Amino acid sequence: MDYSQFLFMHHEIGVLIVFLLVFLFDTFLPARYQSKLAVTSCVLFGIYTVLSFFTPLDNAEAFSGMFVTSPIVASIKNILNVGMFIVLLQSIQWNNSDHEVIRRGEFIELMLVTLFGMYLMVSARHFLLFVIGLETASLPLAALVAFEKKQYESHEAAVKYLFTAVFSSAIYMLGLSFVYGFAGSLYFNDIAVACGLAEGSMLLYVALAFVVAGIGFKISLVPFHLWTADVYQGAPTSVTSYLSVVSKGAAAFAAFIVLTQAFGTVYSAVWEWMLYALIILTITIGNLFAIRQTNMKRFLAFSSISQAGYIMLGVIAFNATGIAALSYYVLIYVVSNLTAFGVIQAIENATDKVDMTDYNGLYKTNPKLAFAMMLAMFSLGGIPPFAGFFSKFFIFSSALAEGSVAMYVLVLIALINTIVSLYYYLLVVKAMFINPNDNPIPTFRSHWTERAGLVICVAGVLLIGLVSCIYTFLNQAASVSQLF
Amino acid sequence: MDLTLLYYLVPSIIMFACGVYGFITRKNLIAILISLELMLNSIDINFVVFNRFLFPGQMEGMFFALFAIAIAAAETALAIAIVINIFRVAKSVDVQNLTKMKF
Repeated sequence: MDYSQFLFMHHEIGVLIVFLLVFLFDTFLPARYQSKLAVTSCVLFGIYTVLSFFTPLDNAEAFSGMFVTSPIVASIKNILNVGMFIVLLQSIQWNNSDHEVIRRGEFIELMLVTLFGMYLMVSARHFLLFVIGLETASLPLAALVAFEKKQYESHEAAVKYLFTAVFSSAIYMLGLSFVYGFAGSLYFNDIAVACGLAEGSMLLYVALAFVVAGIGFKISLVPFHLWTADVYQGAPTSVTSYLSVVSKGAAAFAAFIVLTQAFGTVYSAVWEWMLYALIILTITIGNLFAIRQTNMKRFLAFSSISQAGYIMLGVIAFNATGIAALSYYVLIYVVSNLTAFGVIQAIENATDKVDMTDYNGLYKTNPKLAFAMMLAMFSLGGIPPFAGFFSKFFIFSSALAEGSVAMYVLVLIALINTIVSLYYYLLVVKAMFINPNDNPIPTFRSHWTERAGLVICVAGVLLIGLVSCIYTFLNQAASVSQLF
Repeated sequence: MDLTLLYYLVPSIIMFACGVYGFITRKNLIAILISLELMLNSIDINFVVFNRFLFPGQMEGMFFALFAIAIAAAETALAIAIVINIFRVAKSVDVQNLTKMKF
């Protein structure tokens, strides 16, 4: 065996080293150092995140084509790293609180393991490796959702998450077994060839319907979204923010890779129309349910469902611009959503309040937090000077690149839904700035880690849209990645 | 009597359908977990049978089944742990009681 092929797995090796260092720190260092564990692991991960930007970008494969890395895949992993770093930074204070202190190490280690699984999902070009990555990414998350041991909601959320996750992987793997039945191989390339030959066969339709449904569960597309709101509400806020940005982003990338690389040959024949219907349903129903939410975490859950619909526009575009726009969208979604979750978490840590009515009059007492939340809402809604506008613009234009009438209709529906979404995003802004409140959240000073996380996110919201070289770089990376 | 592909596939699909039915109708979390196991095991049968009958020259399906068994074991361990925790907090493992969060 040629061991040098492991050297292509820069990101995987990096995250494993961070994991081992955190694990050794957690296990062997005496108790007086343990209070520094969360900060140390965050710093270690930050160093790794910065270093990972300098890894060589080239096309390479390991394990006879099971594992592939290319410029766009490396960029995707860097985006996931950024999200993970901000989540770790924002979780430090919660992680050091009295009732979590005893499980501090486990939290960080499980997060790092799920990140490793997500890397495998993005890089896999063989379904065995892909399924292992998927399960490595979703099983530890169930344990993370159940992390608040004393709280009933956390366990209810964990049961709902785990059982739907296993159910969806069962459906997904049933589809894979049919794919194996007619393709005779689990390599994406071989499946693409076999799919092209089997076009029109009933088995192909059934298999792909199962596979799309399984992926839909992971990205929480409507009609497979029912677990999302409950899990987001019940899980600890750090885990919720992780689920809503990093986990969802990785699943969206994986959906793109699987659908284009393994099933690309039957794009217009089979799965374009499945995805078309799912996107319309997801954007519309996610928006309509978001309007009636009062709990902030549930509200952001439905907002993230409708955002997932927008993200999938990059998949249905089916071209190299699609993956560039998708990565760009996920990057901006990471910073905007983490701003919102950072504010929610700061307020929850200080006062235990998560209802939208509690946010009434927040501007009077905590103007900076209210301002950050306003920027996040504007960015998620897509108001021009902020980053969210540019991500929506690029993802719409990538979906329109082909120029068919159906795509114009799809983008029109997405645009109308953007206006609907502005209504409920602005409801939050109205609550904070206009609604009167006799008993508002008192003025408090949040922990420096939370402030640092918010500063990074707000800078991202303000700058990423304007710094055009990021999108140019992603577009360049996508076009040299031999995806199409 | 010749045992063809169909003699294995039909029971496996029936098994999967039973799993889905049980997942939807059962009230007890442990029973739901058993239904999930049924679904996962029927997938293993599918893989092994496709490999044995259609592609006897290779081992890919067998290996997938092996890994799927390991994954299913990990899932069960985690699910049991969470169900035990639920029992500690709620004194019941009935899904009808897990309705604090909805809509």
